[in-house]
Amino acid sequence: MSSSKRSTIIVEQLRKQQMLEALSRGKRLDGRNYESYRDLKIEIGIVDKASGSAKVTLGNTEVIAGVKVETGEPFEGLEHKGALIMSAEVLPTASAHVEPGPPDEDAIELSRVVDRGIRESEMLDLDKLVLIPGKIVYTVFVDCSIINSDGNLLDATSYAVVAALSTSKFPIFEIQDDKVVDTGKTMPPPITTIPISITAVKIGEAVLLDPTTEEEACMDARITMTTQSDGSIVAVQKGFTGPFTVDQIISYSETARIKGEEIRSKIKELN
Amino acid sequence: MYNLKELVLLDENGKRSDGRGIDDLRPIKITVGVVKNADGSAYIEFGKNKIIVAVYGPREVHPKHMALPDRCVLRCRYHMSPFSTDTRKNPAPSRREVEISKVMRESLEPSLILSDYPRAVIDVFVEVIQADGGSRCAGINAASVALADAGINMRDLVSACAAGRIADKIVLDVNDLEDKEGDADMPVAYLPNLEQVTLLQVDGKLSTAQFSECLNKAIDGCKLVYEIQKDALMKKYFGNELEVKEEV
Repeated sequence: MSSSKRSTIIVEQLRKQQMLEALSRGKRLDGRNYESYRDLKIEIGIVDKASGSAKVTLGNTEVIAGVKVETGEPFEGLEHKGALIMSAEVLPTASAHVEPGPPDEDAIELSRVVDRGIRESEMLDLDKLVLIPGKIVYTVFVDCSIINSDGNLLDATSYAVVAALSTSKFPIFEIQDDKVVDTGKTMPPPITTIPISITAVKIGEAVLLDPTTEEEACMDARITMTTQSDGSIVAVQKGFTGPFTVDQIISYSETARIKGEEIRSKIKELN
Repeated sequence: MYNLKELVLLDENGKRSDGRGIDDLRPIKITVGVVKNADGSAYIEFGKNKIIVAVYGPREVHPKHMALPDRCVLRCRYHMSPFSTDTRKNPAPSRREVEISKVMRESLEPSLILSDYPRAVIDVFVEVIQADGGSRCAGINAASVALADAGINMRDLVSACAAGRIADKIVLDVNDLEDKEGDADMPVAYLPNLEQVTLLQVDGKLSTAQFSECLNKAIDGCKLVYEIQKDALMKKYFGNELEVKEEV
């Protein structure tokens, strides 16, 4: 679980002791403050075959998201809305601990939590993505590939999705003689807000934003909170076995709002 | 995407649909050491193909019964990201990806001295971020460089390139359009120093004479690719030392 390739259990335990010792003095192993993020880089338009794409590098964590837009039938019960389908795969390239094959529970939690932030904020106005109500709607796929994993996949993936979606160009489809035709023209997607997730782990009493793999390996608990542009909370996921106090959670919601605004401005600069 | 009636794969001046002549490769760029956690890695842009390869190993085999007493197991996974193709690809592995994984593994294996690592496994993960025809060749090129980056004992690099037929002309490095609309496609992988072919597939019709012309052209392409692979490794390991210091 450490970033070194060939560490033994003994080395990992020594590293953990070192981390706990550093935290007792209020320090993190990489020298960051509890509330600071690693270097965040966002590149857009890296896959020409996608309607939108982004590569996010957060420290050593690297994620690519791609948007594909097609047409299809609406979901049951949502006949008057376009369909949004999200997936995330932690590629076996990402670390020595990933097995190729169907996603495990962590990978499924990852894509569902990222999905929840986008869906619940109604970032994409799905009402505007309907061709024939109840029959044919836009189907928007957002797929994520995690290339290298060094902690906080949740935020890196979520930023990649938001960056890819908000900078994408959707194809314009029309109905001609009961058939769907790709006009060859594009339009900006109907974006209403920019949801930003902020994740932290709790180790002892310390709450550390943007955890690395090493910090996640020592965590007692994890929390992800997603806010939208107006500051309201749209999705939360508490993870792992340790508890949070109510005060910690309330204070964290303020952190998520302030920190979220900081990262949101970075994503808005892309457009 | 394109109008079949107006499609000209090779015009009267010998220019192809993407402006190349019949013996031109698409632009190739290889970067070594792009995946931080991997033991070896490489990124290749081969025309519009964009592929990341990570190598893990030699390491313990799971499940254990797969281990071989006298040599290392080589595993290879070729996978396309859902956004890599024109229409979205289902993320579950397709039959095509399973076959390509197999032929890639078989094309890489002869270059490696697997008897040096008995009871271990080497995993090669090939992820296609964008596909553009010839992705298996591009993947093999990056995989061989990534294996070298991982420090695996090797006899030679593996260099791969396709040739194909458009009407009566044999052309080098078939792109996506030529693969779909051309008359034949022949991906080849080659050990440039040992002069041995480790991958050979043909998809389309070729006369005996065309077959040998096509094979030779593909091998010429492999040799060009080999130089780019060596440059990429030199750049990572020797960086600016490439310029030999002149004696004063």
